[in-house]
Amino acid sequence: MTPESSMGSEENHFRRIVIIWVVLSIAGDLLFWFLVGPHIPPGRMTSSAKDDQLDFNILMVIGLPVVIGVFEWLAYAGIKWNARNKDTPESVGGPRAAGNKRAEVSWIVITSVVVIFLAGFGTVELYVGSGSGGGEGPNPILQPAGAVQAETAALAGTGTWSPNSNEVLPVQVIGQQWKFTYRYPTFGGFESSDLILPVNTVIAFNVTSLDVIHSFWAYQLEVKADANPQINNVAFTRTEQLGSFEVRCGELCGIWHGAMFNPGHVVSQSAFMTWATSTESKNAANTKILPPFAWTYVPDANGADGGYYPDNVVPYSPVEVYGSKQPS
Amino acid sequence: MTISAERPVDVEASVPPANVEASKGRAGDWLSQHIGTAIICGFLGYILGHWLGNYIGNTYGNIANSGQNSIAVTLALLFMVIGWLLGIGALNYPLAKMIGRQPKGEVEYTGWSRYFRYNLDHKVVGIQYVVAVLGFFFTGGLLAMAIRTELLNPTVHVFAADTYIKIVSEHGTIMMMMASSVVVGPLGNYFVPLMIGSRRMAFPRIEAFSLWTFVAGYFVIFSALFFGGFPTGWTGYAPLQTQAGPGMISYLFGFAVISVGMMTAGFNLAVTIINYRAPGMTWSRVPVFVWSMIATAALLTLASPVLFAAGTFGILDRTAQTAFYVAEHGGSSYLWENLFWFFGHPEVYIMALPGFGIVGEIIPVFCRKPLFAYRIAAAGMIGVSLLSFFVWQHHIFQSGIDPDMRPLFMLTTELISIPTGFIFLVGMGTLYKARIRYEVPMLFCMAVYFNFLLGGVSGVFLSDVPVNVTVHGGFFVLSHFHYTIMGGLIFAFFGGLYFWLPKMTGRTTNKKLGLWHFWTMFVFFNLTFFPMFVIGLLGQPRRVFTYAKNLQGLNDFSSVSAFCLGASFLIFVANLMWSQFIAPEKSPSNPWDSLGLEWQTATPIPAYNFERIPVIMTDPYHYSEVGAPVLADFGNAPPVHAASAATDSTDPDQ
Repeated sequence: MTPESSMGSEENHFRRIVIIWVVLSIAGDLLFWFLVGPHIPPGRMTSSAKDDQLDFNILMVIGLPVVIGVFEWLAYAGIKWNARNKDTPESVGGPRAAGNKRAEVSWIVITSVVVIFLAGFGTVELYVGSGSGGGEGPNPILQPAGAVQAETAALAGTGTWSPNSNEVLPVQVIGQQWKFTYRYPTFGGFESSDLILPVNTVIAFNVTSLDVIHSFWAYQLEVKADANPQINNVAFTRTEQLGSFEVRCGELCGIWHGAMFNPGHVVSQSAFMTWATSTESKNAANTKILPPFAWTYVPDANGADGGYYPDNVVPYSPVEVYGSKQPS
Repeated sequence: MTISAERPVDVEASVPPANVEASKGRAGDWLSQHIGTAIICGFLGYILGHWLGNYIGNTYGNIANSGQNSIAVTLALLFMVIGWLLGIGALNYPLAKMIGRQPKGEVEYTGWSRYFRYNLDHKVVGIQYVVAVLGFFFTGGLLAMAIRTELLNPTVHVFAADTYIKIVSEHGTIMMMMASSVVVGPLGNYFVPLMIGSRRMAFPRIEAFSLWTFVAGYFVIFSALFFGGFPTGWTGYAPLQTQAGPGMISYLFGFAVISVGMMTAGFNLAVTIINYRAPGMTWSRVPVFVWSMIATAALLTLASPVLFAAGTFGILDRTAQTAFYVAEHGGSSYLWENLFWFFGHPEVYIMALPGFGIVGEIIPVFCRKPLFAYRIAAAGMIGVSLLSFFVWQHHIFQSGIDPDMRPLFMLTTELISIPTGFIFLVGMGTLYKARIRYEVPMLFCMAVYFNFLLGGVSGVFLSDVPVNVTVHGGFFVLSHFHYTIMGGLIFAFFGGLYFWLPKMTGRTTNKKLGLWHFWTMFVFFNLTFFPMFVIGLLGQPRRVFTYAKNLQGLNDFSSVSAFCLGASFLIFVANLMWSQFIAPEKSPSNPWDSLGLEWQTATPIPAYNFERIPVIMTDPYHYSEVGAPVLADFGNAPPVHAASAATDSTDPDQ
């Protein structure tokens, strides 16, 4: 901005503000990046957690100077440009106070550049992270290598997974009021209340719901995918650290929404293999009477008589015949 | 730009129309139409509708088996609203016209009873809106206090789970529906005609209709608590919506009613601003508040019909056994999500834009400087209004929407922050080297900048799809929208109220109480909501009654601050009662020494606003300008000069 008058103190305002802003911004950004950034939730347990933590930190490093700038300006106005302050000169109106082409154009250009950069950066992160842990719907476009084969095989019942094979592990997440259960199609499709995952593996979460909309939010895994009835919402991540994580329902699903949470564990690949195969054999009898594995489950229109199980009982209404056949 | 030297002949002089009789407060007035008859007719309508619904639905299997009759509730509420509108007299004119009769002349009531009637003076409607909006706001606020009480402890529960979810849903719905009209209703209706030099709004009957519909909508939404509440939150996601009890109808039908109120108010505002500007008021002389009103009016008019349709589909699903939102029968839960958010996103800009307008209007007055970059302010508001229709899927990034859409909506959402940022350029530029008088309205405006900055920047985090995985659905997004809506809009509303109340009622507000109100509200608002960013990042979802034990400290801090925030409004109420009713002091007609056209009227403002329609010569922001052009030519009255930097003069004539 051009100085308003030739008085020395007058033209210093803007320069003073900019200098303080630069100092505070650099300090703030550095402090944030090195002290706070590595600890930003949700941590670094999976590839999507790492990616999204980085993304958050970049956004913060760009956002902090913006916040500092405006706050500083407001504070300066409160201290220096205050009518209570006896030294404050009178306001000067006129066309020069009503606009300044350089300031306006710079503002528009800078904000546009920053914003478009952020949109581009976010898109790149999304691609690099194969969806960054977010639900991509039934036809995901950003899939890690091997995901398509693994998912197709899982549905056909021919999928396998073994340690050190670098295969994608499909896990189905079934949300219902008010509990998450998990089915492992590569291990015979058994259903478990426990979410156990192998480390250093790409997991394909296939999230669906039996009734209302829920949201599978595995906090430390940085996976969030809404569970919609009759929709398979797919999200990917790669586990990279051992440990426990928490799954919470992230979409209001009724009265006990707040109580819909469970812990999960990322264990070594061999430990996972042991758990999965032993659970598969232990639950074999149960698995036989479960609805056949499918990406979504359409409830029996007869509702009250048991829902998702194909029944050989004559439906009480001749109209309500659909539902007991699973979609392919 | 030439100004016509010819003055239009003022046909609408101060003489009231021929077929209106002035009322002298007869005893028979109690038998005329007023809020009492509205309540009675609404009640009768409710009973009729409920009976009709039972008559229709009692033989249906699912109704007989469940004992819940959504048809009865729907018809009861529908007939209640119709009865209410008939009872207040809002439908007299159109019904008379419909059957080809000469409508009965409207009686012009004077005195306090005007405020309880269907009144066509936009200033009366404005004050009615103030009362309605404050009623809505405090109801929603009490519900918020209940929510924070429940969240004091993750294991000790104050409310049963179903009661808690009803409270959460009701709080959100009441606040969102209140906030959509909180500025447009009270301040838009009151001041837009005055600011553009008009005697009235384009459609005074529609204006009054929108108010009474808005109040009816409040009763409908509030009635949910008597039907067992609804469990979906204000977002109403299907199929939980279809599964819910009859209280859901209050939500769906309430939205339909409120959307009618919003459509009518918006349409009225837009037509008024386009057609009723005084001669000489070109678009570059329109006050920035009026720009925000027309930008908001476009959204109100164009987005609300989608809400109406969405609500209607939901009601049909629950009563007529359709399956718009029920996947098992061929519908889709995504249909509700998209319809709702297609309305829902413009809705939140309906809430943000008026706040920008108020701030843009008030800041020049207390800086004694023109508004910096006026054209950019106007462009920003129109830009936000336009772009707001292209961003809605950022609310449902993780829902399983078409993944090709995610980068697209990320881009559009990032782009909308460009025009949103313009209001900061305008504000910061106006503050630059000003000599700022920190009166109560100005403090509120500064607070709007502070709060909206945090709200806006957190919005950028949410718009980034990868980071959205962390922050969606939890307390981070909750804090974001409380910062933008409450921190931006509500603070601006209170600023506007403190600024304009002396003109609306002719009585000053107490400055000391105002300062106490401001500081307690500002400090405790930030202490309540800033920790919620952290709570959200640490993984607490929204709308839950229990959370991880290690988050209790932050939750308690937030809850106690929230109680103090609630208490700060008591100071406001005390100020209102004291300065307006108990010990009122007359206010000068232009206490802030503003150049705005609305301040160049006498206090109290006469019914016809201006003795002669002024011819506008320039925009109202020529503060501290040597040799500034005169604002307007009022005919008989001496012309108004630009105010100088001196602040002690309350006389508009220099």
